[in-house]
Amino acid sequence: MKSFIPPEFQVYRDEDRCDQCRGCERQCSFGVHSYDQDRDSIISDESKCAGCQRCVIFCPMDALTIRPSPSSYRPNSSWTREKMDDLKKQAETGGVILTGCGSDKPFRIYWDHMVLNASQVTNPSIDPLREPMELRTFLGPKPDFLKISGEGKDVAIETEIGPNVVVEAPILFSAMSYGAISYQAFKSLAMAACDFGTFFNTGEGGLPKELRSDYGRCAVVQVASGRYGIDAEYLNCAAAVEIKVGQGAKPGIGGHLPAEKVSSLVAETRMIPEGTDAISPAPHHDIYSIEDLSMLIYALKEATNYEKPISVKIAAVHNFAAIASGIVRAGADIIAIDGLRGGTGAAPKTIRDNVGIPIELAISSVDRRLRDEGIRNSCSLLAAGGIRCSGDVIKAIALGADGVYIGTAALIAMGCTLCQKCYTGRCNWGICTQDPRLAGRINPHIASRRLTNLLRAWSAEIKEMLGGMGINAIESLRGNRDHLRGVGLYEWELDVLGIKGAGE
Amino acid sequence: MTRRTRRRLIEKEICSCSIFGAMNRSGERFGGGGVIEAIANMHVRGNGLGGGFAAYGIYPHYRDYYAFHLMFTGTSESVKRSSKAEFDAFLHQGFQVVHDEEIPCDDSVWVRDPPLAWRYFVLPDPKGEDAKLSEEDYIVDKVMWVNTRIDNAYIFSSGKDMGVFKGVGFPEEIGRYFMLDREYRGNIWTAHGRFPTNTQAWWGGAHPFGLLDWTVVHNGEISSYGTNRRYLEMYGYKCTLQTDTEVITYAVDLLMRRQRLPIELVARILSPPIWNAIDRMGEKERSIARTLRMVYGPLLMNGPFTIIIAHHGEMIGLTDRVRLRPLTAAARGDMMYLSSEEAPIRLISPQLDEVWTPNGGEPVVGQIRC
Amino acid sequence: MTGPRNPSDIDHPSSADQKLPSHLSARTAGQGIPDEGSLERSDPGDEAASPTAETSNQVCGGAVVDATGLKTKELSDRLRDLMLAGTGRMIVKNACGQRYIGTRLYRPGQASLQIEIFGTPGNDLGAFLSGHRILVHGNVQDGVGNTMDRGEIVVEGRAGDVLGMSMRGGRIFVRDGVGYRTALHMKEYLDQKPVVVIGGTAQDFLGEYMAGGIVLVLDLGNRGHQSNFIGTGMHGGAIFLRGSVNLTQLGKEVEISAPGEEDHALLENLIHEFLIRFPELAARQEELQKSQFVKLTPVSKRPYGKMYAY
Repeated sequence: MKSFIPPEFQVYRDEDRCDQCRGCERQCSFGVHSYDQDRDSIISDESKCAGCQRCVIFCPMDALTIRPSPSSYRPNSSWTREKMDDLKKQAETGGVILTGCGSDKPFRIYWDHMVLNASQVTNPSIDPLREPMELRTFLGPKPDFLKISGEGKDVAIETEIGPNVVVEAPILFSAMSYGAISYQAFKSLAMAACDFGTFFNTGEGGLPKELRSDYGRCAVVQVASGRYGIDAEYLNCAAAVEIKVGQGAKPGIGGHLPAEKVSSLVAETRMIPEGTDAISPAPHHDIYSIEDLSMLIYALKEATNYEKPISVKIAAVHNFAAIASGIVRAGADIIAIDGLRGGTGAAPKTIRDNVGIPIELAISSVDRRLRDEGIRNSCSLLAAGGIRCSGDVIKAIALGADGVYIGTAALIAMGCTLCQKCYTGRCNWGICTQDPRLAGRINPHIASRRLTNLLRAWSAEIKEMLGGMGINAIESLRGNRDHLRGVGLYEWELDVLGIKGAGE
Repeated sequence: MTRRTRRRLIEKEICSCSIFGAMNRSGERFGGGGVIEAIANMHVRGNGLGGGFAAYGIYPHYRDYYAFHLMFTGTSESVKRSSKAEFDAFLHQGFQVVHDEEIPCDDSVWVRDPPLAWRYFVLPDPKGEDAKLSEEDYIVDKVMWVNTRIDNAYIFSSGKDMGVFKGVGFPEEIGRYFMLDREYRGNIWTAHGRFPTNTQAWWGGAHPFGLLDWTVVHNGEISSYGTNRRYLEMYGYKCTLQTDTEVITYAVDLLMRRQRLPIELVARILSPPIWNAIDRMGEKERSIARTLRMVYGPLLMNGPFTIIIAHHGEMIGLTDRVRLRPLTAAARGDMMYLSSEEAPIRLISPQLDEVWTPNGGEPVVGQIRC
Repeated sequence: MTGPRNPSDIDHPSSADQKLPSHLSARTAGQGIPDEGSLERSDPGDEAASPTAETSNQVCGGAVVDATGLKTKELSDRLRDLMLAGTGRMIVKNACGQRYIGTRLYRPGQASLQIEIFGTPGNDLGAFLSGHRILVHGNVQDGVGNTMDRGEIVVEGRAGDVLGMSMRGGRIFVRDGVGYRTALHMKEYLDQKPVVVIGGTAQDFLGEYMAGGIVLVLDLGNRGHQSNFIGTGMHGGAIFLRGSVNLTQLGKEVEISAPGEEDHALLENLIHEFLIRFPELAARQEELQKSQFVKLTPVSKRPYGKMYAY
């Protein structure tokens, strides 16, 4: 069937610069560029271009420019180009529109409507370069009070504290499974987490055996509805275990790793036959209610000898604060909340762009709910979904999160350009692919350094901002909404965020 | 449809100050004249918008009764009297009042808009559900009730055999107004001169801040206020004054009175050692320090502060962990002193056995020998 | 008292009981009445023994100002009046918390003045000091020598926090210990090279941001250096410590070495200068000269060169 969809991108080639080295042809997995022997020149099929910029960056002659092609349709605020092209695609295929990455729709980004405080006169700002400035964060349950025995030198703490894990900055890598991303990208995240002193998250694709001894201590291992790759060693080699209930990009639906991405090592890691579809059901079929979640939480605590915190990850949806409260009461030690803008390797576009609520509002309301119920100490709160910079991190903490998960930001550090073609498995940057030729484009030693650089830079920036507020330990900012003010927000939004407007 | 709650728009108070404390460790009582003189020596650290004192052991005749110090404010005498009438009615429902009188004042000392100050010596007489509370929790509950529910009535002192005296003015003015140099003898005195940056001042907002026999005077500004407040609210405290001193007092009440932690541990909660130092400690000490920080991180008082905490038999000085506000400690015989500066100590006790500036986060504890 | 404390700060518990020079003792009889257990102010002495500034007169070549009851500005007014009247040596008695002593004594072309202080001067003693010499018989509070340019301050006792902050020249000698953040951002310029010598030990953040000059800490009490964050952010100058220091006590911008030959000559000279000012410690000379010292210097003049992305 003839496609009626115009190309999304235009390829400009400066013929004076191009020396026909055919590098672009080798770089592009989508087959945009090819050498035409007859004309002795490189030609480009723009209809295949994802706009990932790989060929542009790697062209030795800087001869290429890729830009979005201007819409040639009559302008229409309702029937936008994207709506029309998606509609045509469905007319041509009869399929659900798939996409990758977090939602790109213009929902209000509350981070950009909140501003931070700084000290002037009445207390000193603190210079983070010379004075101690502490980002160390413990994730896990804390008791409401400690029982003490003895006195003086013999004083001892009687209260047993539930399992906690420690990170040197409140920034963890989000769940990204081996299978969804390449082995090299997965290993890069693991190496960076261990180097820096934080955690990566295996997602639901298991943890390759050979990585367990070196990187298990920095892993949060996921137990998701498909239960892939789970064995006792997997659970016990890790720092923490996370039950994945939902994902911000696709709340309420499951996942599907197509058979063509299930290579032999993926199959071995997930413990399934090679070349079969790996399906993650929408719900956990042993969790149809909150008491069932409790049963799974305690099963995992048993399986890990009560030595590891159990996290539960949910998508931020309308009544999730009450759900979160139930999850804490069900025994979770950490709650991870993934907001509307959270990323994905593959999701139906209509789900990604229409379901869930922004993470900023979610952090605020869940923190308030747990405090109102007097159970905030019982768990830690991780926020995910649309954390783009250190400013977002620090605002998340001030709203009430203990830490954040970053996924998209980590992928961008490794080269991702948010072309949203993750679901094709043909990622030119070697991230979201199982093609050995493409995956080999990531060198874990270099990519992990890009990631640790990112964490180091963000940490330095967070310390600068904390110091400016006169705070030298991150725990003194947690839930400290006095240090935030809203700009350009409606009163109901300020209410939900629990902050004053600027100047108030 | 539920009504949307209005956002809290109360402004936090910011103030810096001078503080002073003196105690006789043999328990001998002394007049307030010296303390007034000492805090007056640091006149320039305040701005006349608040001064106050706490004194222990001043009501030996009523030693076993809670001494409520009340201020009744208002634009006219009749407003003050009517809020007093409302309070009196409330008090007689839940307490047995053995004696009450106006707190003696020297009217020749000019102070701005003095409230009607009254003291009541009472025994709790709980009824119904209230009988299940411990005596102290009952007092705290009623104090919070009065301070949030009865207009123009404010309980600013609620311990036994001790009292807080405070108001708007320089501390030496407040001290002379309440005749602390003539009327009272105590074994511990603390004092505070205030420098708030917002101009509105009211008598109840001065320091010390007290609850039961615990009082706190404080210098500095806490950057962690929001974190501290929201943590304490989970334990039922209502932070109505929006001041750092109030949250410090509640933190001390929670940790020392309700959870019965020793001061050495409380100091490590309010101003804990930094992680690098904790990491270098021996196994047992490290485990305690780490656990305290994990569990009580939200009570870390972050930012510059010096506080003097007092209750019967004990006076404690503490600074933030990197000592951004000053504290000088000194001793001479049975006398122990804590002060923002050394000079006021020398003013009233030129000879000292020892003088030192304690390390950040290390409490200086003075105790009356039993 | 049960509180932990830094013992190094009480090197000389008797510091308050300083014997006054004999020619002044008669005029300070009001000071030093024992005050056992009482908080009532000790008798300031009879009127004849405590002259007010108005009646102050020259004693052994110095003008005496009794600071009793004087506010900061009143005391400074009198000292300035004395300077303008040509007085070269001033004696302040009964100082008690008055700030900025010496600060208002700047006048272009003014010869160096001698200011002797009895009692406890207030914060910012000798701030912006420009060439005068201040001698304090007793302890001093916070901010001594703040942004001092030239001159000398000698303290026969201990000092509080941020001594010598941003000092660009001159010398400070403290017989006993000092508080937090001593010599913070001390710097040198051309031929101006500030010097701070401490007889006791320092509390945390000694030499923070230090950019120049010399700090010498003698630890005469042999208690060992307890300070943490020594030289954090340091990017110039040198700190010498008698004895040793644990690497964990140092800021990450500092490196430690043994003093070289030139350093030894400098140390010998500074110890000599220190002991001249505190003759009661002269017996320690040989011990001090023979002692081991460590030298702390910045790793780099640009400790944060790699901090930023451009």
